Order: sequence, then C-alpha cells, then structure tokens
Amino acid sequence: MNPEPNTVDAVIDAVSAVFMVVGALMSLAAAIGLLRFPDLMSRMHAATKPQVLGLFLLLASVGLQLRTWWVWPVLLVAWIFQLLTVPVSAHMVGRAGYRTKHLHKELLSKDELEAVVQKAAKAARESEADDGGNRTAR
Amino acid sequence: MRRGSLRQELPLLVWLVIVWGALWQDFSPDNLLFGALLAVAVARLFYLPPVELSGRFNVLKAVPFAVVFLGRVVAASCQVFYLAVAQGPKVTNAVVAVPLRSHSDLMVTATGHVISLIPGSLVVEVDRSTSTLYIHGLNVRNGEDVLKLRKEVRDTEAGLIRIMGTKEELAALNQEVGA
Repeated sequence: MNPEPNTVDAVIDAVSAVFMVVGALMSLAAAIGLLRFPDLMSRMHAATKPQVLGLFLLLASVGLQLRTWWVWPVLLVAWIFQLLTVPVSAHMVGRAGYRTKHLHKELLSKDELEAVVQKAAKAARESEADDGGNRTAR
Repeated sequence: MRRGSLRQELPLLVWLVIVWGALWQDFSPDNLLFGALLAVAVARLFYLPPVELSGRFNVLKAVPFAVVFLGRVVAASCQVFYLAVAQGPKVTNAVVAVPLRSHSDLMVTATGHVISLIPGSLVVEVDRSTSTLYIHGLNVRNGEDVLKLRKEVRDTEAGLIRIMGTKEELAALNQEVGA
C-alpha cells in the first residue's frame, strides 16, 4: 500500500524543519561558545566544530526540500570540502595561537607540548650561538 | 620529479570527475567524458606530489566507521554546547601528546582530520619524525580524562588502519590487539 503523497510531504517537511532548527541551534552554540569560553583555543572549539554538524543538517534539509536527486551530489561536495578545510584552518589558528601564547596556562590541567617546545627553542638558541661562535673565530 | 602512475592518479581523477558532474548537476556520459578530459589536463598542468595510498580500502569497515563518526560528532556537538552554556569561562583544558602507531603521512593526516572534526579536540602541533599528535582537548580536567582522550585518538587511528592502512600496519595492529 502506497502512503498518500500528502503524508509523505508532511513527513519530509517535518524532518527538514527539525534539521533546520537543530542546525541553527548549532550556530547558536558557536556564538555562545565564542562569547563565554576564556581563551583562543577553547573558542576555536566552539567556532569551528558545531558547523560540521550544523552545516550537515542544513544541507540535508535543503536537499529534502528541493526534491531532486541532482542537488544531492552538490551538497555532498560542499560538505566534504567543509570537512577537508575546517580541521586545517583550526589547526593553523590553534598552532599560531599556542606559539604566540594566546592561551591561559592556568586553565590547562596538563600541557605535554610545552616541554617539547622549550627543548626545541633551547636547541635552536644553542645552534645559533654555535654559529655565532664559529663566525667570530673565523 | 617522478610522475605517478595512472593507477596512483586514478582516485584523484575520479574525484575530479565527480566534482565536475556535481557542479554541473549533470551526470550524462558526454559531460562526464569532457570532465574526465579536463581532469587529466588539470592533473598534468598543476602537478602535485602523489599521495602514497596503501592500495587497500575496506568498504565493509568504512561504512560503520562513518556511522560511528557521525554519532560521535552529534554527541560531542551537544557536549560542547552544554559546556559553553554551563561552564563557560571556568572550563579546564589540556594539551595531550598522543604517539601514533603509523608513520605514514596519510595515516597521520587522516587521524588528525577525524579527531579535529569531532568537537572538543583540536590538533595543535604535529611531530612528523615521531608521528606524535599534540591535541588540545576541551574539558580535560584530570589524568583520567587525559587517558580517555589518548585512547580515543588511538582507537580512531586503529579504525582508519583497518579501513585503509598498509598490510604491515594492519598486521602490527592485529598482533597488538591479540596480545
């Protein structure tokens, strides 16, 4: 037995409505996180991540509403490009933020990178000093 | 520079043709053929170093991994939302070093990507020589949370090795799990 076309429409409308509201809530989560989190790194979490899910839900509801399967590959490509670029930009900003010390150390319960960075910086200073010494010797 | 063989380039070419078809919203054979010609031309003109694929891809393992990934993204998104509202400025974080099993660039990149896409963890630094990821985790309060985060990353890597790791990596993983 085929369901009435109207009920199918109603179900699709309801699902896409839920997707749109939840997707918009994810953007709201990003905004609240940007306002409330204390430092750059934790703000990065709020600013970049809810979009992965939020965009997925909004694109899915667009696809459901347009009712043509031709649009699905475009939406999928858009989402995949988002998935590929979000971690890279988050990593670049986070890395630059860590190196320029835009974070509150007192809010970290553990920092296993600091010792490594300091060791590398010390090694770089020493090799620089060695180079300087060689130059004056010559 | 050594040119990649056609077999090595094939996944890239197929992907370019799919993007071409998707952007035109037209998957008719003539459009795809023209897209394929363009893909070959683009791959020749803008040559990039070949990505060293392992030659394996387990679809049976990939589908559950994708489903679990989506579930974790949903759960973690809600968690970040809750943290933003409930804890806000008082949230405690940590930077955790996670040594990975694999030393291939593809594996390290894929693991870092998946971990970064799941809310609450962010790759701050990568040490390629030891293939260690330094991950900034949201709401990591104590040593127990650190261990949990590290296990999560290692499990993600294990899942990716099962999907597309080399045979050697897979054998090493199976041995580790069996032991």
